[in-house]
Amino acid sequence: MSDAVSSSTISVDVAVVGAGPAGLAAAVAAAEAGARVAVVDAGAQPGGQFWRHARETVQPEAADDQPDGHGHHGWSTYLDLRARFDAAQRAGRITYLPGLQVWMAEPGFTLHTTPAVASSGTVPATVTASRLVLCPGGYDRQLPVPGWELPGVMAAGGIQAFIKANGVLPGKRFVIAGTGPFLLPVAAGIAEAGGKVLAVLESSAPSAWLPHLAAASGVPGKALEGAEYAALFARHRIPYRTRSIVTEVLGSGRAEGVRTAKVDAEGRVRPGTGRAYTDVDVVGFGWGFTPQMELPVSLGVDTRIDADGSLVGVVDERQQSSVPGLFLAGEVTGVGGATLAVLEGLAAGAAAARPDSTTPVKQPAAITRHRRFAQAMHQAHPVPAAWPDWLTPDTTVCRCEEVTAGEITEARDNLGARDARSLKSFTRAGMGWCQGRVCGFAAACLGAGPGEAPDAGSLAGSAKRPLAAPVAIGELAALD
Amino acid sequence: MNPQPVTITFDGRPLTATAGQSVGAALASQGVTAWRSTRKGGKPRGLFCGIGVCFDCLVTVDGETNQRACLVEVCEGMEVEGS
Repeated sequence: MSDAVSSSTISVDVAVVGAGPAGLAAAVAAAEAGARVAVVDAGAQPGGQFWRHARETVQPEAADDQPDGHGHHGWSTYLDLRARFDAAQRAGRITYLPGLQVWMAEPGFTLHTTPAVASSGTVPATVTASRLVLCPGGYDRQLPVPGWELPGVMAAGGIQAFIKANGVLPGKRFVIAGTGPFLLPVAAGIAEAGGKVLAVLESSAPSAWLPHLAAASGVPGKALEGAEYAALFARHRIPYRTRSIVTEVLGSGRAEGVRTAKVDAEGRVRPGTGRAYTDVDVVGFGWGFTPQMELPVSLGVDTRIDADGSLVGVVDERQQSSVPGLFLAGEVTGVGGATLAVLEGLAAGAAAARPDSTTPVKQPAAITRHRRFAQAMHQAHPVPAAWPDWLTPDTTVCRCEEVTAGEITEARDNLGARDARSLKSFTRAGMGWCQGRVCGFAAACLGAGPGEAPDAGSLAGSAKRPLAAPVAIGELAALD
Repeated sequence: MNPQPVTITFDGRPLTATAGQSVGAALASQGVTAWRSTRKGGKPRGLFCGIGVCFDCLVTVDGETNQRACLVEVCEGMEVEGS
């Protein structure tokens, strides 16, 4: 066994995976309720994707000695959770293990980890705990479109992460497209950092009634956020085009422009509405989010399909899954954003710290309100039913294995491969480096066929990954 | 008190980056958008998901192959190679 794979074992009461909004909240709540906690996170510092910020080791901190949260929503919540997280670490109640990814979780629970960055020198650890809180978050959901594999095309969230972490832009002239309220902060962040946003293309037409929706759901803060983005869009002259999509990314060797069109409510392209944007160097796509379900699925939790079509874990009012001692918080219980993730994390952490408590628990009213709002947002921003019509037979669907839409529909029609797992066997879609994280949803939709949505079985098949992260052979060999 | 500039090499040529940046950010902000060719089609690839999920941005860092450029932090003298 080489030095690289020698790892220590840490035994605690509660293990938490993830240090984003849900994970930080869960860790703090569990520690403050008296539990010994270990937090495993792939990131180099706490915050997750939502509160990603410049490296604290090099970024001069603000005068009040706190990380710079410029451009972040809910930054005061982060600072509060972070202060409590740091205090619990100093008190020896939280063991924080940054820079590590869980590549396998065993029932009971044992977490095997591997460094997220091999050259970082981070030493892997094995964590055992009788209670586990999984807060792995999610990532941008993607729909393929001709040309989306060209360099310069990025996930919308990837552009935002790039700016938040690095303080620079990945290009100069941007088009942002897809659906959902998340496109707004992405575009606003680009403009605030000095980039030119030529257009934001939203496939739905939800904006007019959004403020009413927020008020009716009992989360007026969301209406305020919307108003702030409207003001930013006006100031930076960002065109926001609804019922519009990118039909093709143009360029040779890299993205140089896009073709766009108007669509009807089902996503069918309206003839004669095509136009082109030239001199584009970055195209950002986001079609909502995909929760990171491989760890919950590998531990056997009951799943369901949420209002946005995503596979999510079923939880009770204490955030406990169908597996005793296994709690879920954040996007893996249903995509709902950071505020809801924090509320769920707090509830999960407190419950995990006191597993034998018989006190009846009532779900906090705020969780109910935010869930209701999230459901309404999903309904207002559906994945357009007709999106497969945007593809040509040679459009790449699986970026890793370079499997085309034509190969997938042929396997569906001629070989009866109608779910993500069969498609993977026949076409290799989802078999590459990313293990179907990027193409899994789209491949499952194509397999289901025109007008059909993928069921939980197909999406769970796609999320079933023997290894939750790539590991060195030595790490596998070192297992007992 | 700006963060320190650091010098890395990309396929042998020097490139100035900023301490704390990712390799992907150092490359993309200098106009390098692709640093890998796909195995099957030989197509150029660079950053896509930006958060360690898609593995499109793989590079070799100081001889260590298949590292995600979006996650690896630059440091002085780091040798980065495309693949």
